[in-house]
Amino acid sequence: MSTVLGVHALSKRYGGGRAHAARQALDGVSFSLAAGELVALVGPNGAGKTTLLSILAGVQASSAGSVVRASAQATENEPTARGSWAVGWVPQTPALYSKLSAAENLELFARLERLPDPRAAAARMLEQTGLRARAREPVSRLSGGNRQRVNVALGLIADPPVLALDEPSSALDPSQRERLWQFIVARVAAGTTVLFSTHNVSEAQRYATRVLVLSGGLLLFDGTPAALLASSAEGELRGQEARGDLERALVSFLATRAAAGGAP
Amino acid sequence: MRWLLAKDLLILGRSRLLLAVLIVYPVLIALLLGFALSRGPSRPRVAIVDETTAGETLTLGTRRVPVGAYVRQLLDEVQSQRVSSRAQAIEQVDSGAVLAAVVLPAGLAARLSSNESQAQLEVLYNGNALEQSLARSTIESALAQANLNFSAQIQTAARKVIATLLSGGKLSSFSGEQLPGLESIPTTLGAIASRQPPGATRRQLEQIGAFAGFAAQNLTLASRVLATIGQPIRINSVLLHGRRTPLDDFAVVVAVSLSMMLLCVLLAAGGVALEREEHTLARLLRGRRADRDGGGADAAGAALITREGLLAEKTLLAGASAFVIAFAMLAGIGAFVALDWSRVALWLLALAFGALALSALGVAIGALAREVRAASLLALLTTLPLAFLALVPSASVSGGLDAVITAVSFVFPFKAALEALDTAVNGSSPAIGLSLAHLALLTVAFGALARLGLRTAE
Repeated sequence: MSTVLGVHALSKRYGGGRAHAARQALDGVSFSLAAGELVALVGPNGAGKTTLLSILAGVQASSAGSVVRASAQATENEPTARGSWAVGWVPQTPALYSKLSAAENLELFARLERLPDPRAAAARMLEQTGLRARAREPVSRLSGGNRQRVNVALGLIADPPVLALDEPSSALDPSQRERLWQFIVARVAAGTTVLFSTHNVSEAQRYATRVLVLSGGLLLFDGTPAALLASSAEGELRGQEARGDLERALVSFLATRAAAGGAP
Repeated sequence: MRWLLAKDLLILGRSRLLLAVLIVYPVLIALLLGFALSRGPSRPRVAIVDETTAGETLTLGTRRVPVGAYVRQLLDEVQSQRVSSRAQAIEQVDSGAVLAAVVLPAGLAARLSSNESQAQLEVLYNGNALEQSLARSTIESALAQANLNFSAQIQTAARKVIATLLSGGKLSSFSGEQLPGLESIPTTLGAIASRQPPGATRRQLEQIGAFAGFAAQNLTLASRVLATIGQPIRINSVLLHGRRTPLDDFAVVVAVSLSMMLLCVLLAAGGVALEREEHTLARLLRGRRADRDGGGADAAGAALITREGLLAEKTLLAGASAFVIAFAMLAGIGAFVALDWSRVALWLLALAFGALALSALGVAIGALAREVRAASLLALLTTLPLAFLALVPSASVSGGLDAVITAVSFVFPFKAALEALDTAVNGSSPAIGLSLAHLALLTVAFGALARLGLRTAE
C-alpha cells in the first residue's frame, strides 16, 4: 500500500514558564499511514493521543518534527506550522454551530473550504451519513449520535485522503456506535485512511488493521492487533478471541514497558 | 470572511431573544430618555403650608413689601401643591406624593422686621439617603432662589427710602409734605449760618451742616453696599473651547454612548467566545487542505480563516450592528430634543470610530474568556465601572485619584467615544480629529490584544 502521510520525530512540549512546569506531550513520534488503513491510536489518559491528532489536523503546531504527505522530503526537526492539508479532523466534542442546521453547517464549511459546489458537497455528505431527512433541523435538536455524524461529515466534507478522529464513539450508545462504524468502514473501503483514538480497545480490535500504542508521549508500539497480543507478557492470551483480550494485553504491555522504563 | 459574516447574521437572526433585546432596548431607551428630557417636570413637587396672614407686609421705613410676594417667588421655583395644615403636609411627604413640604409660619413678616431673631421656614422631607439628599439640595436651591428674589425686592424698597432721605421728597404717597433731602441740607444751612453773627449759634449750624454732608455721602454708599450684600459676587462665565452644551444634549450623548458600548462589547465578546464554546474555533483556524494534486508538498495549507480575519469579522459585525442601533437611537431621541442635524456627517464618523474601538475591546474580552457567559460577565464587569469612571468630572476628586481615573479612561475607549460623539453632536470641542485618532489607536491596541488571546485555537 502507498504511504499517504509520514510523521517524523514529532515532539510537542507544553509550558515551561514560571507558572507551569514543562510537560513533554509527544516525544519523537514517527510513523506513516498507508492509503485505506484503519489505524487505532490507544493509550492511557495523558498519553498524547489528542495532541498527536490535533497536530496532524493543524489545530496546533508541533515543537519539533514534521508531518509530510506521501513521498515529500521533510526537513529534519523543522516544526510544522500546520499539518492539515490532507487530514480531515473530527474532534471528540462535535464542533458545530448549534443554531444552524446540519445542511447549513456542511454548506458553510464547504464554502470556507472553497469547494467548487458547496451545496452538492453538503448534499453528498448528508446522503452518506443518512441525515438527509433531518438536514434542515437545527443541530441543537439532534441526538448526540446524529450530532457526531454531522461532526464526522464536516471532517470529510473536503474529501481528505486522511481522516483523524478523536474518540469518535465515546458519547454514543451501542446502536449509534454501530452505525458510525459502518460509515467509517465504508469510507475506508472507498480509500480514505482513518486514524482514530479510543479508550475502547475492543473497537480497535474489531475494526483496526493496525494499532499505535502511545504512552507518556512515546510511541511504544506500532503493529497489528495480533502483533500486540503476541508481544504481551501474558502469552496465554495469544489466540483467544474474547473481546477483552486486547485490552488485557494492552494493560500488560504497558505495565511491562513501564517496569522496563520504556514509558514515564 | 463574508461567509462567516453571513453565518453570524443567520445565527443572530435565529437568536430571537437577543434580537428582540437588540431592537427593543435602544427604542425603549430612546423613548424613555426622550420623554424624561422633554416632558419630565423640571421643578420638584412640593407641598406648601402657608400659615402667614393674608396681606401681611414687611415694613421698611415708609415702604411695605408684601410677604405674599415671597410666597409667590417660592411657588414659582417649585411645582407647588398647597395644603392647609402641617399634618396634611406630613401625610403628603410620607405617601411620596410630594418630594418635600415647606411650612411658612405665621408672623413671618414680624420676624423679618425684627432685629432680634431671623425668620425661619420649616422644610419636611423623608425617604432613603438618596431621596433625602435630592430633597434637601432641590428645596435648598429653590429656597435660595426665592430668598434672592425676595432680597432684591427688599433692596429696591430700601434703596427708594435711602433715595428719599438723600434727595428729599414725600415720605409716602398719602403725605403731601415735601421734605428736604440730606444732600441739600449743608447748602441750606450754610446759607442760614452765613447770615448769623459769629458766635455759638453759627458754629452749631455749621457743625450740623457738616454732619448732614457727611451723612449724605455715606448714605450714597449705602445703596451700593445693599446691592453688594444681596449678591456679593456676580458670575461671568467664559467657555474656553467649543460651544456650550446643554445638559439635556449631553445626557443624550451619554445614553447613546452607553448603549453603543454595551451592544458592541457584548456582541463582539459573545461572538468570539461562542466560536470557542461551540468548538468551531479550532475547525476554522486549523490549516486548510492544500492542493490535492500537488505531489509531495509539505503540510502548509492556509487556515479556513486567519485569526486576524476572524477578529475583523466579529469586530465589524458588532460594530456595524451597534452603529445602526446607536444612530437609530440618536434619530429617535432627536424627535424629542432639538439636535443639530447639519452635523450628521460628524455623528456618523464619531459613531463609526467609537463602534469599532468598543467592538475591538469586545473581541479582546471574548478572546481572553473561553465561554460566552464568562465573556458576557467580564464585559459587563469591565465596561460599566469604566463608563462611570469616565463620567467623573476631572478635578472633582483628589489629584492622585484623578490621575488614575484619567489614565484608566484613556486606556479604554468609552471616554474617547463619548468625547467624539459629544463633539460631533454638540460641538463641545472645536476639533474631533484627536478623539478619532485616539479611538483608532485603541482599535489597533485591543485588536492586537485579541490576537494575542486567540493564539491558541482550543
